[in-house]
Amino acid sequence: MFMTWLPLITLSPSHRDHLLRWLLWGCAGVTGGVLVCILVFLILEAMPALHQPGWHRFFTDASWHPAEGAYALWPMLAGTLLSTVGALLLAVPLGIGTAVFCYWYAPAWLAVPYQRFLELLAGIPSVVFGFWGLVTLVPLINQWKPPGSSLLAGMIILTVMILPTTSLLSHASLAQVSTESLCAAAALGFGRWGTLRHVVIPSCRSGLFTAGLLAAGRALGETMAVLMVCGNVVQMPSSLFDPIRTLTANMALEMTYAVGLHRSALFVSGLVLLLLVISLVGSATWISRTPRHG
Amino acid sequence: MCVRLALCACPDPNTLKESRVRPGRIALPLLLAVTLTEGCGESPAAHQPLTKLSITGSSTMAPLIAAIGKRFETRHPGTRVDVQTGGSSRGVADTRSGLAHIGMVSRALHPGEQHDLLGMPVARDNISLIVHTTNPIESLTAQQVIDLYTGHTTNWQSVSAVDAPVVVVNKAEGHATLELFLRHFHLKHSQIQADIIIGDNEQGIKVVAGNPYAIGYVSTGSAEYSIGHDVPIKRLPLTPTPVASATVHTGRSAIVRPLTLVTTRHPPAFVRTFIAFASSSHVHDLVAAHYFVPLAS
Repeated sequence: MFMTWLPLITLSPSHRDHLLRWLLWGCAGVTGGVLVCILVFLILEAMPALHQPGWHRFFTDASWHPAEGAYALWPMLAGTLLSTVGALLLAVPLGIGTAVFCYWYAPAWLAVPYQRFLELLAGIPSVVFGFWGLVTLVPLINQWKPPGSSLLAGMIILTVMILPTTSLLSHASLAQVSTESLCAAAALGFGRWGTLRHVVIPSCRSGLFTAGLLAAGRALGETMAVLMVCGNVVQMPSSLFDPIRTLTANMALEMTYAVGLHRSALFVSGLVLLLLVISLVGSATWISRTPRHG
Repeated sequence: MCVRLALCACPDPNTLKESRVRPGRIALPLLLAVTLTEGCGESPAAHQPLTKLSITGSSTMAPLIAAIGKRFETRHPGTRVDVQTGGSSRGVADTRSGLAHIGMVSRALHPGEQHDLLGMPVARDNISLIVHTTNPIESLTAQQVIDLYTGHTTNWQSVSAVDAPVVVVNKAEGHATLELFLRHFHLKHSQIQADIIIGDNEQGIKVVAGNPYAIGYVSTGSAEYSIGHDVPIKRLPLTPTPVASATVHTGRSAIVRPLTLVTTRHPPAFVRTFIAFASSSHVHDLVAAHYFVPLAS
């Protein structure tokens, strides 16, 4: 610590260092300022709806018909949570499994192209997945159980979208397991499974957790793809085949046409979503602080 | 603005002399400076009296107004018509705030909008019910449509030969098409039992094209355009009934809405010229080509 600070203290900083320092302060300020501005803006725009119908109405009203004065937001909150949790349940085991396969079991000629393939998949814009879902997946589910546009379709699309993220990040954290640990495991006579189960997975648990978390963030915020395949009916789904609407889809569908209190109610959707993401990040920080081998 | 940008991008000459900077490092900022100044300085000098007309609003109207704008440009050299979409509400908002000269609104103006805005209808649009081409149904009465949309009919069997559940496609709150549909059938939005809710016309067409049991309603212009491009949907005519025809002034059982251009109450002369042109018989062929109905002159 002392050694690294020493040059900055003893040498008189040059003109350029000053410039760099202020530039970096500026960069950090802009990044932080944008978030604060967005939060303030959201709260200001949401104020009329929070004040007039009252915030409790968003959780107690029976339906979402802003033109008729009904503002039930809770089915959409449930829709967002259900689709995200469902996608995580599918994508996290698949992603970690893929990463373990790629890092430990796949032959070299397959592992590298496979990795590139995943990177490519991670770069596909979400609207492409949505379009594929709309023209292929939804009709398929429709043949099985109409109307096709459903919670299940949303979960599958989100899974495909976040799978590369989870897999690539899991792969990166697997790669950080130290050679010493692996050698020690080999010296103790652990097989592949034993090494994985008792050495690798415990030592990169926090990395795998972060992978799941980033994937959750992406799934929560996804708009276009879920808008195209989920059916967007505001209701509490009673099965996987029922259509749902997410908070993001609600804003995208109605924002261009909304005026007055309706518009303000849409900003409440945004505010709820932002609070959801903040609590996710908060709980993640809290969990990763607790001792790993407790 | 341009000059300032250029100066910022250009490194201070003194610093360059003192520190031994490799040529590669100055090249990028210099290049930036040159492109910025060039890009900015071009427009005013080239064509002096360029009148730019900006129009924003309804995505239904945009293709038609863009085509009219193109014809207007050839007849009035030195004019440029710039058309952007963003929904009818944006058309109203941009006209009010002065961001656009003209707003496109695919409905009649609300009473609250009439005190500060002028509306001029340029054409009419119909709304059509659409189903998949494999659906054998030929037409529906107004009552049947109401039963389908309110959840009283949940299987196609009661209106056609197919035994399959009906998938009702509805529009999201706030769309002009939805408002019109509800008014036409005397329904309240909360009465509708939808299975899928969509945003714009294109999305509705894609949903119905991908689902043999779906029924939806979209702008006739969009539907005809898709049918012309081999999308597997078909329009369903409404069987005329006394109730349905009495509600529509044309006497036909169609759901009609005016496509309106709006301006502030005292628009400049060139804006008035454009609106007069857009509602004249000179553009009736364009209106018809976009599957809208020209207004009788």
